[in-house]
Amino acid sequence: MTTTAVAESPVNYLNVRHGVMSWLLTKDHKRIGLMYMVVVTLAFIVGAIFAGLIRIELATPEGDLVSSDTYNRLFTMHGIAMVFFVLIPAVPAILGNFVLPLMLGAKDVAFPKINLLSWYVFVVGTALTFGAMLTGGVDTGWTFYPPYSSSASDSNVFLTGIGVFVTGFSSILTGLNFMVTIHRMRAPGLTWFRLPLFVWAVYATSLVQILGTPVIAITVLMLALERVAGLGIFNPALGGDPVLFQHLFWFYSHPAVYIMILPPMGAISEVIACFSRKQIFGYSFVAFSSLAIAVFGFLVWAHHLFVAGISPYSALVFSILTYAVAVPSAVKTFNWTATMYRGAIWWKAPMIWVFGFLGLFLVGGLTGLFTAALGLDIHIHDTYFVVAHFHYIMVGGAIMGYFAGLHYWWPKMTGKMYSDAAAKVAAVLVFVGFNLTFFPQFILGYLGMPRRYHMYPPEFQVLNVMSTLGASVLGLGYLLVMIYLTYSIFWGEKAGANPWMATGLEWTTQSPPLPENFPETPIVTEGAYEYAKRETKVA
Amino acid sequence: MFGVPLFPTQASTIAPQVDSLYFFIVAVTAFFAVLVSMLVMYFAIKYRDSTGLKVGADIHGSVPLEIGWSLIPFVIAMLIFAWSSVVYFKAIRPPDQTMEIYATGKRWMWRFQHTDGTREINTLHVPLGRPIKVTFTAEDVLHDLYIPAFRVKADAIPGRYSSIWFEPTKAGEYHLFCAEYCGTRHSGMVGTVYVMEPEVFQAWLSGGGVTGGTMQARGEQLFQQLACTTCHRADNTGRGPSLEGLFGSQVKLANGQTIVADEGYIRESILTPQMKQVEGYGPLMPTFQGLVNEDGMLSLLEYVKSLSAAGGSARQASAAGVAGAAAPPGDERSPQDQR
Repeated sequence: MTTTAVAESPVNYLNVRHGVMSWLLTKDHKRIGLMYMVVVTLAFIVGAIFAGLIRIELATPEGDLVSSDTYNRLFTMHGIAMVFFVLIPAVPAILGNFVLPLMLGAKDVAFPKINLLSWYVFVVGTALTFGAMLTGGVDTGWTFYPPYSSSASDSNVFLTGIGVFVTGFSSILTGLNFMVTIHRMRAPGLTWFRLPLFVWAVYATSLVQILGTPVIAITVLMLALERVAGLGIFNPALGGDPVLFQHLFWFYSHPAVYIMILPPMGAISEVIACFSRKQIFGYSFVAFSSLAIAVFGFLVWAHHLFVAGISPYSALVFSILTYAVAVPSAVKTFNWTATMYRGAIWWKAPMIWVFGFLGLFLVGGLTGLFTAALGLDIHIHDTYFVVAHFHYIMVGGAIMGYFAGLHYWWPKMTGKMYSDAAAKVAAVLVFVGFNLTFFPQFILGYLGMPRRYHMYPPEFQVLNVMSTLGASVLGLGYLLVMIYLTYSIFWGEKAGANPWMATGLEWTTQSPPLPENFPETPIVTEGAYEYAKRETKVA
Repeated sequence: MFGVPLFPTQASTIAPQVDSLYFFIVAVTAFFAVLVSMLVMYFAIKYRDSTGLKVGADIHGSVPLEIGWSLIPFVIAMLIFAWSSVVYFKAIRPPDQTMEIYATGKRWMWRFQHTDGTREINTLHVPLGRPIKVTFTAEDVLHDLYIPAFRVKADAIPGRYSSIWFEPTKAGEYHLFCAEYCGTRHSGMVGTVYVMEPEVFQAWLSGGGVTGGTMQARGEQLFQQLACTTCHRADNTGRGPSLEGLFGSQVKLANGQTIVADEGYIRESILTPQMKQVEGYGPLMPTFQGLVNEDGMLSLLEYVKSLSAAGGSARQASAAGVAGAAAPPGDERSPQDQR
């Protein structure tokens, strides 16, 4: 692999065909990745508007902007939009679809038609769920806990549930597709331990998607049956057990957290190695920690039920396993830090997003030690402490990681370069705004402010106002990202094949890539991050 | 700080223990957060290369380091786990002698019943310095009884009994929240806990204008009305087993299982009697589903508990964690001298 200029063909995956149908019927993984980006970005904008309305309402203790019923719909729909339609698909379906086959030196994923099918399934699920939001909304919380959801709520629970159910199949199909692709489509010489760490992370994620998603599908279906047909499964009045739902729900939804965070972690490994100009520190430890997180992630679900009347002895088991899963995450963080040691740190925009990710993920991960502590969780469970904790993981971790990856691969995806300065400003805005939004919520939580409260006692106001101010800064940061990225598509400078002088097969082809990715199948002769060997040729 | 509250009032015996654990974890996590972010910043500045052309050192990793930074967090995590588990068991297991209060959560209010028959809605009056156990359920959907100043919380689940216990250490007024989302007025399902000096509390109780007698008396009345006495006779000559000394005792079931007669079992036996048939008795008892509401059920429970309190010995045999029956306030434990 050298960095000599790649022979540019005038034809690339974007201009090879034109017209709406050329997109809607495409089997090209790169185009499908972009189509996911369109839907996910729309869902993100809708979810962010809900979040903004929530924060404006909470600027005062009284419920003065919207009614309680509207408020309950806002936080429910914010959660559903962000979890199922942004966080879960963002990195695997957008970045994964785009770069995975490129990283493997493949022409496409293993099953291109199924890949397109999973996009359509996703769109149908999105349409159903957002249709439910438009036609009355839903007010159960994104967790759908019965018996409220099955028997008491008069909102659009059924349609929303069906939307989530359908969307799950898209996730399963994508996971299956990627797993087969990683097993079967690697270029000659690309052994498992030469794979970029992003591939390892996507592999671990696929495992969780395939094994976990069917459980939420069947759970949502049972809930729908109880709601529509009055079948007593979860409602005690019908002879059911509401805690059973919580077990089933979190059996998927806790591992789902790893669906959200593992792929961004993979993207972070790529960006850190590139901008430190170094081999990733402890490659195999980072790779296996992804698998360890995926496997352990299935064994900790009941830590969401510590105050739901489960046996104290099972609570002990779930607490200790939760602490166990903290270790591989800590290992990753230490390895990323050590990768920078004696590197040559190039302060380009993607790396600035990584700095932000490290800071926020650190806080998110460490505050997990509080929530996993049985005696302490009794106090902070279902308070703003938990809200702050999981936003640090999901937004501070997953979304920052997604943006790091997006800024890294954007030139490859579009062939255009965005403004480095604007991207750095946005990263700082998001970092500052995020901390101002969510750090006060840790304090609010420890003070005892419960989550999902439309109105709250007046002594909590100052911290809530800080949080609302922070959210405004955060919103500006996201807006800026959308502006300069959109601008770059039309007026950005040409990026060239490898603007970051990065290793990795995706950088050996032109930007935007050829319709079939590579002029000829690449042959791999070395590991993923051999900066030390390669750079001497440049210098 | 500058008018911003940072820390909640400590008003129960468990609160300082929860807070010590909290501050310990704050210290540990702050240390690691500062350590790692300082290292990231230091490396980012020290090894900065503005050209993008240099390369980093050819370092691949270090197994001793990997083992070290796996083991150290693991050991610290286990330490936190052990400490928090100790606090947890203290927080969920009430002492043997507790003052009993009963509660029902429904959208969107908390109803409390004292054993003397006093009832209150969205307020809870309790005496200082006495361990208090609140046993509760929910009538409609999930709720959660949360008193931040006491650092206690538990879900209220329809069809089951949950409990929290606390020993107030500071007189005052504290928030009472519903912490499990329950629909429209979830954020209005709040109330106030009044912690009072014991003598003030006694005065409050006697001024409460109780009608209909104590919970035990109401339970007994229901017991007659629902004709439970026809079969459950004290002298064990009825078609059903005698309930004397039942609460907290071991019960042998027709299927050979032995279980402890706790709140959940008594409730279940009233609503779905066939679920746990007592050995030696036929499936004769009808269900009382729909015939008795949650408050009545709690009174019945209190009455059944009182049948064991008289015997006394049965209560001693009860499993740890299942508190004994309530005695009338003030007769078994003199108010502790407070600081």
